[in-house]
Amino acid sequence: MSKPLIELRNLTKRYNNTTAVDGINLTIKENEFVTLLGPSGCGKTTTLRMIGGFEDPDEGEILFEGKLLNNVPAYKRNVNTVFQRYALFTHMNVYENVAFGLRVKKIPNSEIDRRVKKMLKMVDLEGFENRNVDSLSGGQQQRVAIARALVNEPKVLLLDEPLGALDLKLRKEMQIELLDMQRSLGITFIYVTHDQEEALTMSDTVVVMNKGVIQQVGTPEDIYNEPINRFVAGFIGESNIIEGVMLEDYKVSFDGMVFDCVDKGFAPNEPVDIVIRPEDIRIVVNPEEGMIKGRVTSVVFKGVHYEMIIESDTREYLVQRTKMFPEGSIVGMNVQPADIQVMKRGSTPCNEEEG
Amino acid sequence: MQRRGRIAYPYTVWMVIFIVVPLFLILFYSFTEGDIHNIKDLRFSLNGYKKVLEPIYLKVIGDSFLLAGISTLICLIIGYPVAMIIANTDAKYRNLLLTLFIVPIWMNFLLRTYAWMSLLSPNGFLNRVLMWLGLPKLEIMPGKGAVLLGMVYNFLPFMILPIYTVLSKIDKSVIEAAHDLGGNNVVTFMRIILPLSVPGIVSGITMVFLPAVSTFVISGLLGGGKAPLIGDLIEQQFLSSRNWHFGSALSIILMIMILISMAIMSRIDKSEPEEERRKI
Ligand SMILES: Nc1ncnc2c1ncn2[C@@H]1O[C@H](COP(=O)(O)OP(=O)(O)OP(=O)(O)O)[C@@H](O)[C@H]1O
Ligand SMILES: [Mg+2]
Repeated sequence: MSKPLIELRNLTKRYNNTTAVDGINLTIKENEFVTLLGPSGCGKTTTLRMIGGFEDPDEGEILFEGKLLNNVPAYKRNVNTVFQRYALFTHMNVYENVAFGLRVKKIPNSEIDRRVKKMLKMVDLEGFENRNVDSLSGGQQQRVAIARALVNEPKVLLLDEPLGALDLKLRKEMQIELLDMQRSLGITFIYVTHDQEEALTMSDTVVVMNKGVIQQVGTPEDIYNEPINRFVAGFIGESNIIEGVMLEDYKVSFDGMVFDCVDKGFAPNEPVDIVIRPEDIRIVVNPEEGMIKGRVTSVVFKGVHYEMIIESDTREYLVQRTKMFPEGSIVGMNVQPADIQVMKRGSTPCNEEEG
Repeated sequence: MQRRGRIAYPYTVWMVIFIVVPLFLILFYSFTEGDIHNIKDLRFSLNGYKKVLEPIYLKVIGDSFLLAGISTLICLIIGYPVAMIIANTDAKYRNLLLTLFIVPIWMNFLLRTYAWMSLLSPNGFLNRVLMWLGLPKLEIMPGKGAVLLGMVYNFLPFMILPIYTVLSKIDKSVIEAAHDLGGNNVVTFMRIILPLSVPGIVSGITMVFLPAVSTFVISGLLGGGKAPLIGDLIEQQFLSSRNWHFGSALSIILMIMILISMAIMSRIDKSEPEEERRKI
């Protein structure tokens, strides 16, 4: 996972009056599992389609192993795609669907046979060779689509919400299978999803997008623990987002109190956004022992934990704890300095005012 | 359900009066001979069918099928690319373009054919233009060439429409998938688009071939009796020669041949998926 394989430089795509992708820069390394994550309409599919060669960028460059890819037609790119709705060839059986790419490349029949069979075995579809693709279940069609792409041994596999149409259980199974395949074949995956949990579980690198602009690139841990701005914090997991002021290095004030934190490098008295994850707020029974005092106004059992809303003088905090505190009780809340994530305000790459 | 059954009654009566009864009458006349106005004079006979086998009439039948076949082929060769162009046009202009090709159907069929007559006749528009340019006269009307032209012109929309419908329903991402897997435009067309459009081709062929093989207006007006088709022959038997028995026999033969060709076409339509099903 070292050499850069694909580089996107200032990549831009406009449709009539919307800017679908707005000057994104991204480097994707060999064998990396990269996920493009973002809300609907943020330009994930458009980015993927430009890499696949189905859409011409209006500006910017796509480099593949250092060489410009912009003017290479889709059928000459060493990239294969798993389409959102599978896009299988309904007039061919499973075998012919998978063999298509190899037949086009005029590979000898014996080798086609060997590779197709191996691939079908890998996606657990042995014995389905002669089945009509229309007669397969959604999960099976999905596997055919994956096999059809992977049999060509591409350097990069593009996947556009490949599991979107599957039910939760099947989706979890396929997530694991896809990860296994990616690891064992050593292929770079560029994966599109709007499911943040899927992105966090599967990826080496998560690229959070909003309105055609990359918000943050990082490991799942980075993205979750150190969201760079309000948008990322709000989109990834649940969080309490609070406006505050950075008094000086390691000192932030919000809700009329001063807290220790681990962030520095802000201007004195700079307005900031603060994110505190619901599971990072500790509750103490004695309100006097907490930095913040509040009253429990709602308790919901969520299986692993209780989700409580605690109202302080200034706001409502979302808190997740395994121990339940009854509605109406007055409690105290504490937050560790390391769990207070301070984010710059305004200077973020978010183009919200343009949209 | 009962109610719905009752609502269908008038329709059934309609079908019986206007389709089933005439069909049986034709069948009846084709197997009899004698004075058609005197029911007592009618007797069983195969003479109607025997007459069909006479060489001049066989030739007419052969000509009809040949001409209809050629015009169907021409319609396919012109219609397929046109349908493809329309299907690939920007959604904004697609309907406009489609309408342009379909508009001729909205004009009266006879009117259209008369228009061609005046264009193609020995002293018609076309020849006057040619004369004016100092070029030799074209004598395609009356004749088979003019009939062919009339058929292609009149029936082309019926080839374009079904092919366009099928092509426009092909999922764009399927074509992208073919490109993605290394197929250039030719490969993608031959292996993906063409096979997927077979149902449209089949219904296009059927919708052009059937009216073309039984037409008498086009051949009557543009062929000028020089190249009679089976349709003209049938018309003659009923209107001028008054040989209803021969006319009925001809109609029955034509119907059987059409049924056979339709059966063959639907075979072609289904052959591909069936093959795959058989392999299971
Ligand atoms: N062919 C097109 N013509 C016009 N606008 C388009 C086209 N394709 C995409 N867009 C617009 O570009 C923006 C980004 O679309 P894109 O499909 O990339 O979003 P996405 O992130 O994949 O969303 P989703 O999660 O819903 O699939 C949207 O505003 C969309 O309306
Ligand atoms: Mg999308």
